[in-house]
Amino acid sequence: MTTAGWAIMIVSVGSVLVLAAFCLVRVLTLPPAEVSEHFKAPLDIDTGDTRNAD
Amino acid sequence: MSNGSGKGKEQWGSQLGVIMAVAGSAVGLGNFLRFPGQAAQNGGGAFMLPYFAALIFLGIPMCWAEWTMGRYGGIKGFNSAPGIFLAIWPHKLARYFGALALLIPLVIYMYYVLIEAWCLGYAYDYLVGNFDKIEPTVAAYSNHFNEFVGNNANGFLYEGGNNSLITMLLIVFILNFTLIYRGISRGIEKFCNVAMPIMALCAICVLIRVLTLGTPDPAKPENNLINGLGSMWNPNTEYLWKPDTWLAAAGQIFFSISAGFGIIINYASYLKKKDDVALSSLTACGVNEFFEVCLGGLITLPAAFIFLGTSATLMGTFGLGFNALPNVFAMMPAGRLFGFIWFFMLFLAAITSSLSMLQPVIAFFEEGLGLRRHASVTFLGLVAALGTGFVLYFSKGMVALDTFDFWVGTFLIYVLAMFQTVLYGWIFGIERGEEELHAGAHIRVPRVLQYVLKYVSPIYLFAIFGAFCYQSLGGRVKSILDDSVTSAATLFILVVFAFLLLLTHIAGRRWEREGRLPSR
Repeated sequence: MTTAGWAIMIVSVGSVLVLAAFCLVRVLTLPPAEVSEHFKAPLDIDTGDTRNAD
Repeated sequence: MSNGSGKGKEQWGSQLGVIMAVAGSAVGLGNFLRFPGQAAQNGGGAFMLPYFAALIFLGIPMCWAEWTMGRYGGIKGFNSAPGIFLAIWPHKLARYFGALALLIPLVIYMYYVLIEAWCLGYAYDYLVGNFDKIEPTVAAYSNHFNEFVGNNANGFLYEGGNNSLITMLLIVFILNFTLIYRGISRGIEKFCNVAMPIMALCAICVLIRVLTLGTPDPAKPENNLINGLGSMWNPNTEYLWKPDTWLAAAGQIFFSISAGFGIIINYASYLKKKDDVALSSLTACGVNEFFEVCLGGLITLPAAFIFLGTSATLMGTFGLGFNALPNVFAMMPAGRLFGFIWFFMLFLAAITSSLSMLQPVIAFFEEGLGLRRHASVTFLGLVAALGTGFVLYFSKGMVALDTFDFWVGTFLIYVLAMFQTVLYGWIFGIERGEEELHAGAHIRVPRVLQYVLKYVSPIYLFAIFGAFCYQSLGGRVKSILDDSVTSAATLFILVVFAFLLLLTHIAGRRWEREGRLPSR
């Protein structure tokens, strides 16, 4: 194996490892997905029974 | 969970789940068998320069475009390519291009499931020790392979006593359709979440074995690990001046990341509006490259070289995978165990890919024709079985498989990828594209990417396609005229395409009636 061969192998494998590791670490350390969009807060719910109160 | 039409809409369970599913779709036999062969035949280490250029200017940008358009179509209530293309480009032609995105995965599935059955068959043979009975020469393994896949005569596999491949085929067919029937989250995602780490673990086991082989035969000191790595990585810079090298590199990237297959666009359509696509797409590409460069690049060719010498570098994908490597495992200490691990890993790589080929068509049957899950799975199973039966029958010289692979698995993929690149850059628009790409994104993609997608990627792609047609089309058209099996296989593809065009037309009318299409 020539010096150039070693250099290309190390740079290729190294750069792919860095890319994959960077992405996976970013994905795995993300905060948990918000679930608030599925629910409405109590004050947002229009039950209709407060209209024309009194 | 509900969509605009009021029906329950499938969604991915987690962000990692969709990344693993897309990466699983991309990682296949090409990563472990095709990539090393292409590199060795196109300048070794020098091949990596055009390879990474294609990854940066073609592969990664196209994936970002497909993820973005897929999620956009999903938000508009469509999961199938005809619907997604219509949501982006409200023109009747769009849905017929969408039929291409159904034809490609469906026809590729028809022969890919067969290769999957080969891998399972080989894994089983290693497990029960059947390969111990074969003389350890490339010729003996070649004979075994030809007999196993019916390479010597058409109809060979339908004769009594030659049915071991058919048994494996039935198993993988049932497994594929069971997982597809379970749906996106409970079927594909759950399976890929388990299969991908197992694949990585199996490949790392084999990698450690290969990297610790040293010089196994003292009588041939030149056949050692360092020279094996050299056969893969030593650069021959003369190849950089050959257009074929750049064509091969772009082709390898293009097929490896599954762009233009109609799969990513379908998978991304099951994302929610605020789900990230920028980081997810890059991660799926990164995982695919890890399997290809770090594992495929360090295992396959060095292992074959150590035991077989320079002749290993000249073998094609199937020759390397199913003739050379079994011979290597036969000569390797604990070869039976590593042979099983290797082919089981290839089987997992194949099944995570084949699953992704079924889902785009299932999605279309459900939303385009209004079929329920069990009906769409049954219908698709029948169509797929018909095509696989065709390839299985015309097994001599793998002519039918090769014809399907060339016209659909290569030619039409270029056509669809070109359409999608133009659709993104010139119809969807790079302004809207950038906005959509960054909605919910966890990384910032440089703006220059949008210009790459609008100008560089289409030109790159059109140039490669032109060179590809110039190089291959003449001979292929001639073989359709000269060879009856090739012409029958081509006719089969045309019939399936006509059928899908008709179904797409019916689906378009249905969506018009329901008022689901955006106004022009």
